[in-house]
Amino acid sequence: MKDIATAPTTAASNPPVQPTEAYYNAGDIVRISATRNVPAPERQLTKLAKLIDVSKCIGCKACQSACIEWNQTHPDVEENVGVYENPHDLTPNMFTLMRFSEWVNPETDDLEWLIRKDGCMHCEDPGCLTACPAPGAIVQYSNGIVDFVQENCIGCGYCLTGCPFNIPRISQVDHKSYKCTLCSDRIAVGQGPACAKACPTQAIVFGTKDDMKAHAAERIEDLKSRGYENAGLYDPAGVGGTHVMYVLHHADKPQIYNDLEEDPRISPIVEGWKGVTKTAGLAVIGLAAIGATLHGLFARGNEVEEHDEQAADTLVKGRDPDDGPHHGGQV
Amino acid sequence: MTNAWTDIKNTDLVIVMGGNAAEAHPCGFKWVTEAKAHRGAKLIVVDPRYTRTASVADYYAPIRPGSDIAFLMGAIRWCMENDKVHWDYVRAFTNASFLVREDFGWSDGLFTGYDEEKRDFDKSSWDYQIGEDGFALRDPTLEDPRCVWQMLKKHVDVYTPDFVENITGTPRDKFLTVCQMIGETSAPDRTMTSMYALGWTQHSKGAQNIRGMAMLQLILGNIGVRGGGMNALRGHSNIQGLTDIGLMSNLIPGYLNIPTEKEPDWETYLSTRSFKPLQPGQTSYWQNYPKFMVSFLKAMWGDAATAENDWAYEYLPKLDVPAYDILRMFELMNHDRVNLYFCQGFNPMLSIPNREKVTRGLSRLKMLVVMDPLSTETSHFWQNHGAHNDVDTASIQTEVLELPTTCFAEDEGALVNSGRWLQWHWPGATPPGEAKYDTWIMAQIFLRVRELYRQEGGAFPDPILNLTWNYADPEEPSPAELAREMNGRALADLTDPATGAPVLQAGQQVSSFGQLRDDGTTMAGCWIYAGSWTEDGNMMARRDNSDPDDTGMFLNWAFAWPANRRILYNRASADLQGKPWDPSRKLIEWNGERWVGYDIPDIAPTAPPDVVGPFIMNQEGVSRLFSRGMMRDGPFPTHMEPFESPMANVFNPRMRGNPVARMFESDAGRLGSSDEFPFVATSYRLTEHFHYWTKHNPVNAALQPEFFVEISEELAAERGIAKGGRVRVWSKRGQVWAKAVVTKRIRPMTCDGKIVHVVGIPLHWGFMGAAKKGWGPNSLTPFVGDANVDTPEFKAFLVNIEPAAEEPVA
Repeated sequence: MKDIATAPTTAASNPPVQPTEAYYNAGDIVRISATRNVPAPERQLTKLAKLIDVSKCIGCKACQSACIEWNQTHPDVEENVGVYENPHDLTPNMFTLMRFSEWVNPETDDLEWLIRKDGCMHCEDPGCLTACPAPGAIVQYSNGIVDFVQENCIGCGYCLTGCPFNIPRISQVDHKSYKCTLCSDRIAVGQGPACAKACPTQAIVFGTKDDMKAHAAERIEDLKSRGYENAGLYDPAGVGGTHVMYVLHHADKPQIYNDLEEDPRISPIVEGWKGVTKTAGLAVIGLAAIGATLHGLFARGNEVEEHDEQAADTLVKGRDPDDGPHHGGQV
Repeated sequence: MTNAWTDIKNTDLVIVMGGNAAEAHPCGFKWVTEAKAHRGAKLIVVDPRYTRTASVADYYAPIRPGSDIAFLMGAIRWCMENDKVHWDYVRAFTNASFLVREDFGWSDGLFTGYDEEKRDFDKSSWDYQIGEDGFALRDPTLEDPRCVWQMLKKHVDVYTPDFVENITGTPRDKFLTVCQMIGETSAPDRTMTSMYALGWTQHSKGAQNIRGMAMLQLILGNIGVRGGGMNALRGHSNIQGLTDIGLMSNLIPGYLNIPTEKEPDWETYLSTRSFKPLQPGQTSYWQNYPKFMVSFLKAMWGDAATAENDWAYEYLPKLDVPAYDILRMFELMNHDRVNLYFCQGFNPMLSIPNREKVTRGLSRLKMLVVMDPLSTETSHFWQNHGAHNDVDTASIQTEVLELPTTCFAEDEGALVNSGRWLQWHWPGATPPGEAKYDTWIMAQIFLRVRELYRQEGGAFPDPILNLTWNYADPEEPSPAELAREMNGRALADLTDPATGAPVLQAGQQVSSFGQLRDDGTTMAGCWIYAGSWTEDGNMMARRDNSDPDDTGMFLNWAFAWPANRRILYNRASADLQGKPWDPSRKLIEWNGERWVGYDIPDIAPTAPPDVVGPFIMNQEGVSRLFSRGMMRDGPFPTHMEPFESPMANVFNPRMRGNPVARMFESDAGRLGSSDEFPFVATSYRLTEHFHYWTKHNPVNAALQPEFFVEISEELAAERGIAKGGRVRVWSKRGQVWAKAVVTKRIRPMTCDGKIVHVVGIPLHWGFMGAAKKGWGPNSLTPFVGDANVDTPEFKAFLVNIEPAAEEPVA
């Protein structure tokens, strides 16, 4: 019998090399898109988090490289358009992106080059999952990971509409939605996310959310000692907290980090949008492969009705273009 | 590196100047973040650009490319003036008290002895006053006007903060803040590490840049201590190994010298290498030079090297010029003096200045052999790629052989890192296609050449026919065999000359270079590697990462030359009684009988602390603030402008560049002036790529796809250049087209009353690979190198720039 992997406590530790069974599985799912009455899991997994310390990040893009290698994606060789961001935006082939902003501190007149690793924040209250009309296309585990199940995705783009961070991207090739999985496949067998593993300065660390908050507190203390009086943790309450958090030198001004949302919330329209959650309840999720299971159970639900389209339309058009980042997702 | 990557965590202050560690050495840079996390260390970046390293720095100061010496001499002046000097260290461990000859001097930017015709100095006055006993004269009070300390004080006097600001463009207040932060580390319990790389070496006075910081570190007492040192971040994996084993044209393994024509015989060669101590009781370890040299000659020619034939000294080539460096080789190619050129792991079409001249040189060869894992620009120099390589293929008669080799991940052996660690590694993959190990290819060539000499004789076949070649498979020497040969072994039973006790039996591997002999009873291919493969096995393959008391020394991890020592000059970490300057950073200490501690002592284990100086490789036993005649361009660093500069040398307007840097006649006319080329350009790496290799990899190509140059918002406005727009950049040597990255990270500077704009030119693109086709800075840079080591001046040159509406056409 194979060993069961243990939950990782830090991405810096060496992962086990022997084959192990996943320590969590479909039985640990707590929310499923377009599905009511998900049975309560038998156990509560320890909440996990990835902590991105922007003040330690050197913008080397090792995280992007590791993400491409692990997920075997193939981003295009694009052009240089006068900036360091490449690819130019998140794409179905690029789940994470270093965003660079040159900010002159008005108090000191000194330049600061703020480099933020953008990607899915794994919200405790995921707007994408709430908005998704396709049963089983988006799931959330009790450890906090929000995962897309492409087999069940219908490519409607509502996840992007529901996302307060403008993260998911729809592939023009297979019409499925893609984003960071928090390396749920690696984490299940006791390894940290690929990006954290590759990060040379340990600006990206991974572990239990409590540990990450404690580590962040130490980092914030250090930053304050170096004159960053407003250093702080970004773990926005508006989405119930996130499982990807930032240490920011200027936590009072998240928008200077390439338009990081100051107070992200799920749009009330998405919150109140009942049309897509009408699908019948779920009996029991077996331990079989998650995609196949969900696909089998929810194959009949892959329909979007007209009023859903209208609601989504209102959502998209009703949003103030100056209200926050709109990086031109391929919706 | 004097220290090790892992030791950087021990510092209080990191200064990155002449490098961009976070960007070019991101993995090693983790030790800076460790120092910040565990010691509250601060990071200073001094650079023409606000780099990725600057983005995580505590303090950033801009500087004009090529003006580092003025900054460093200014910092030394500030420390002297403000008593930020580690006095005990300076008095005991440097040559501050040594008296300099009366006829030495400096005026008009030049030291005594300059000969304009020869472009060289007569260095005889650059020396100490020697007493009748043969030892250098000293004044321990440091008051004699001819002592090094007073001479240095006089030399740096001109480098006031205003002078520095005027030359370097560093705002006075920023310069002074950096001085204050640096000055704090003169306290015995504070230290600073200098991390530098090609930002200092790639200048016509690169070696003097590094001297400047080394002198500052000595004055602060930061050499030989944990968290201190002069730390050269080597640019290639194993480039340290390359220099160690003598792939420089004027060196043989272990930093021994290839003889020159002036040294036709063994006796003459040794006569200048006696290295007698210049102070009583000093070690002067280079006195052992003959032991290392004879052991090398025995490794090369075995039984053919005998006492009677002076160890086959006549087999060694004798240089008719100081060095056959790359610049000279391409100059010779252009004069039809080279028929066949081997390019092994080397892409001169992108890495040697003035690409037009490189192309011309390669086109005049009869044959070019390129050994490389990748299909390089060099092996395709003859192929027309439109504007990206606009050559007339039909007119090029060079025969090109492309021999695919394995890459580092496919072979076995030791890679030597910046910290001098020889780390053995094993193949991670099977070589693809027809790729062969370099050793196999070279063995095949050697065996065939030897056979030709055997059959046909020739002018001088002996060095080839007698070369030691005792490998189990002569067709393919194994990495283990080669490593054991470099370590060295006894050729006869060895006994201790003092006690007669047996040391080694014939055939046994030596365990240290202390066992090497000059009587032909030992051999060693590279004396500094002695101890890397002993009778106990392969020391380089050790993987014990225990580190008692978290000192960062890791003595049982791999092997560090020399003698597994992790911090050079570590005796200087303790005072004259042998007690650590800083008890919290203890490295070694004198226990009354011998030196003990966390590192291998860099001194004889029983050498008394108050007698034997810490700098045992120097004849003085101390370090040199005044470097005598060791360097071609001066015993102190003096400000020199780059060969192409927006301003004249303030000391001597007639002086262009480094007055003793070699300049070929044909290149002198290819230098531009600032009226035609008003902007200062500098070249550099980006994290997303490694040199010209990773553009072949689709992942790296996606992360940084296309050649660009970086300019300030002010220059963009002045020239009407849009962010992301296409520009043409040209110099006296050539032109390139690139995208424009317009940034706040480069700001104009004011030098000598003029606004100086900087154009940043990264170096990762060419016409082969997965990324978009582009150019490198070498299409633009001048064909001139450092006066001492001929490293090309890639970091400061002049260009012009304009918007380019269209794609370039050939």
